[in-house]
Amino acid sequence: MKRAIFFIPLAMFTLFVGIASYQLTQPKDDAVPSRMVGKPLPVFELPAGRANGVPVTNADFTDGKPRLLNIWATWCLPCIAEAPQLEALKEAGVPIVGLAIRDTPEDIAQFLETHGDPYTGLAIDQRSMVQLGIGSSGVPETFVIDGKGIIRHQHIGDIRERDIPILLQELEDARR
Amino acid sequence: MIRYLAFLAALLIAISSSAVPLSAQETSLANVQLSDPVQEAKAKELMESLRCLTCQSQSIADSDAEMAEDMRHLVRTRVQAGESSDEIRNWLVERYGDYVSYSPDVIGPNWPLYAIPGLLLLVGIALFLRRLRGRS
Amino acid sequence: MTAEIGLAALWMAAALCVMQFITGALALRADTVSEGADIGAITRPAAIVQGLLAMTAFVCLLWLFAITDLSVKLVASNSHSDKPLLYKITGAWGNHEGSMSLWIAVMALSGAAIGALEKRLPEKTIQAVLAAQGAVGAGFYAFIIGSSNPFERLPTPAAQGAGLNPLLQDFGLAFHPPTLYMGYVGLSVAFSFVVGALVTRQVTPDFARAMRPWVLGAWVFLTLGISAGSWWAYYELGWGGWWFWDPVENASLMPWLAATALLHSVTVLAARDALRTWTVMLGVVAFSMSMLGTFIVRSGVLTSVHSFAVDPERGAFILILLAIYIGGALALFAWRAGTISEGKRFALASREAALVFNNIMLCAILGVVLLGTLYPLMAEAMGDRVSVGAPYFNSVSAVFALPMFAIMAVGPILRWRQDSGGRISKAAILLAAIGIVTFVAGWLASDAGILPLLGLAFAAVLGVASVLPLYSRSLRRTPLATWGMVLAHLGIAVSLFGMASESGFSKETLAAVSAGESAAIGPYEVTLLGVEPLAGPNWTALEARLSVSDGSEPVVLRPQSRSYVQPVQTTTESALHNRWDGQLYVVLGQAAGDGRWQLRLWWKPFVTLIWYGSILIALGGAMAAVGHIMTGHRRRRLVVRLKERRAEEAALA
Repeated sequence: MKRAIFFIPLAMFTLFVGIASYQLTQPKDDAVPSRMVGKPLPVFELPAGRANGVPVTNADFTDGKPRLLNIWATWCLPCIAEAPQLEALKEAGVPIVGLAIRDTPEDIAQFLETHGDPYTGLAIDQRSMVQLGIGSSGVPETFVIDGKGIIRHQHIGDIRERDIPILLQELEDARR
Repeated sequence: MIRYLAFLAALLIAISSSAVPLSAQETSLANVQLSDPVQEAKAKELMESLRCLTCQSQSIADSDAEMAEDMRHLVRTRVQAGESSDEIRNWLVERYGDYVSYSPDVIGPNWPLYAIPGLLLLVGIALFLRRLRGRS
Repeated sequence: MTAEIGLAALWMAAALCVMQFITGALALRADTVSEGADIGAITRPAAIVQGLLAMTAFVCLLWLFAITDLSVKLVASNSHSDKPLLYKITGAWGNHEGSMSLWIAVMALSGAAIGALEKRLPEKTIQAVLAAQGAVGAGFYAFIIGSSNPFERLPTPAAQGAGLNPLLQDFGLAFHPPTLYMGYVGLSVAFSFVVGALVTRQVTPDFARAMRPWVLGAWVFLTLGISAGSWWAYYELGWGGWWFWDPVENASLMPWLAATALLHSVTVLAARDALRTWTVMLGVVAFSMSMLGTFIVRSGVLTSVHSFAVDPERGAFILILLAIYIGGALALFAWRAGTISEGKRFALASREAALVFNNIMLCAILGVVLLGTLYPLMAEAMGDRVSVGAPYFNSVSAVFALPMFAIMAVGPILRWRQDSGGRISKAAILLAAIGIVTFVAGWLASDAGILPLLGLAFAAVLGVASVLPLYSRSLRRTPLATWGMVLAHLGIAVSLFGMASESGFSKETLAAVSAGESAAIGPYEVTLLGVEPLAGPNWTALEARLSVSDGSEPVVLRPQSRSYVQPVQTTTESALHNRWDGQLYVVLGQAAGDGRWQLRLWWKPFVTLIWYGSILIALGGAMAAVGHIMTGHRRRRLVVRLKERRAEEAALA
């Protein structure tokens, strides 16, 4: 019985080695998922991102139509890579609302000129207030919002070609 | 003058209540101290215990990352509006999970973090007493 | 040619290392003196030659870096001919392969030192110790030769080196890793001693005396390494913090905590033949903490600001080594620990009791740091992500640290085995009074938190308590080791004072000023004179000129915000200005519009004492090590002389 005590360190060590080797084989995932999926958008009102555009509010998302909410920025390189995919989604008839983080209308105009403009609505989130409000931790990220303004899905990182069917499916699910 | 008024209006909106729309286009408080030293100390303490989400293991108080700046702005505005540290922390945890807070709760899923040291203490005291003379 | 010599030396050293392991182990198996002794006799010379060869290999590597031999892959990818010579040489260990070579060289040299000098223990135990060292060494040789050969040649020499990483061209950073390695290696020697003693059932005071200088040496290097790292983080990261409880920082702190506990339990074993199992356990734990530290730093399983040479594959290799050595040692411990008795018992009021209590507290702190560091890893395995940081570590470790400081104050004035509380009651009352007065004074005079005030009070108590062992003692006849202890404990008090006053009384000012405007911070008035662009050899910078005055003659400080091109990186170069009672810390932030600039100013009272204290600690440790070595040497000469005299007398009779 007394001897059993001396096996405790060995047992704890074995546990550690087990967990550590399991973690080593796992791909390192640095993404921080939002806990806001399933919850409504926060109340917000953000200034327009285009020179003659209109402000974007959370009320814009409650007209019964599911939308994509795209968190992006002109200073973000993956956002350039993402631009064609957003274009493809627009082509498929998906309404996309863009929130440009820490951006200016001038930079936005120039970016959209070069890389295309997939957005049905566009606003500037100067202090990341809405980004923080929906639990997004990076640029770019894309959220599926249903017709009642509820967040249904979060896509972390830039949208690749293979993500498009997934997003379309999520939008379809959000319709129900 | 107009700019000043706009700023004041924005500030008033920010102060009045947190139920107002998140718009907050006013000057960033990321690198501006609050005028009330008590509030500033409270904000500082809170910032030191919140994790910068885009950095490698740094608190938002120790980071140059822009997202950390925006989170500092958020903390200072909310402290200024009179919210308690716990309210602000919970607001963030609600959005990002326990990952955002460097200070795990005693009650909740992370209780072993506090229970195990307590256990260690008990085991340590038992070990110590066993070594004393006059006991067998 | 140098590279080939180095590689050959490395291979031969590896072969000898394996031989050292096999002969030592075989000698152990032979029950009688006959054949076993013959084979065992090879162990010591093998260790000595192995040490020389491993050193040769490392010197070859240093030479290759010094002359920037671009036909060697490691040099080509980590060095550059334009680097200053000092950083060319330090660059040799600024990468994974080189740091492993350094590790092996130091480890083999320690083995050689044991082989050549250690005469106190039974021959069989020494052979077992060297065999254990051979076993540990063999794994590292396999690692370096198998997957990270530092001497690999390129098919065609590179035209220019690729490694001009400016961040590694820093004095603190160049010497911080090797210092830590020395500490890790010292702990590996302690580990070998423990394994050797456990196998040959020689957990005796003699074993403790033989092991003690290695533990002390390791501890000194760890102390220096950690404080160098903390100093680097302080002035380089630009936010005024000096300890962030980052996984990599914790990885370096854990071996230190274990070594501190081991150091004190070894003392009890050497002086009183108590705490046998405990000391053995700590010997294993201390080395596992240094291996674990290496694993955390290199594998990248935990996110850190200070990640260095991260590679999951190497992480896997280190984990395998860790599993074999530590798992093996713990299995040996579980199997053998029951056979060694715990040794002598002691009274509650005795120096042993104080040492044991603090040992337990140190281990508990170690447990807290280990738990907090690894908890996110475990939570992640369960599919949850958690952060554990400063608020947790500070408060939970304080629960154990504060009682420890209290006992540390009275422990050194207690007598061994049995003492009466009455004898030290005067001193205890004096110390308690000092603590209470300091705390209350701090409480009334400032709005600092409870923890910093308690830290301050204990710093005052320990400052006085640390020199009490010298009271009523002839200073000239006080042993060097005692002086060492006094100095090290004083160093703890000094460091603690620095930490407490930094965290309790620091002032911060964030200001956006244009040229000519000022900001106030602590006792200083800081005026921005201007901000100018500046070009260095491999960077461009914005440099602020600040006039700083505390009423006397103004001084000009020049903090910079630097941008490096290769690799692209922005660093803040803080500017520091010392006064007797603290330090001014100035950082240039971004442009704030309208010609204004962000300034981050901190006034940090007595912050530098943190590092001065740690130098005192290291100095104390070094003095104790030297003191013990000299005493041991003298005692052995005395024994030899006694023997000679007896022999003479026998011959005369």
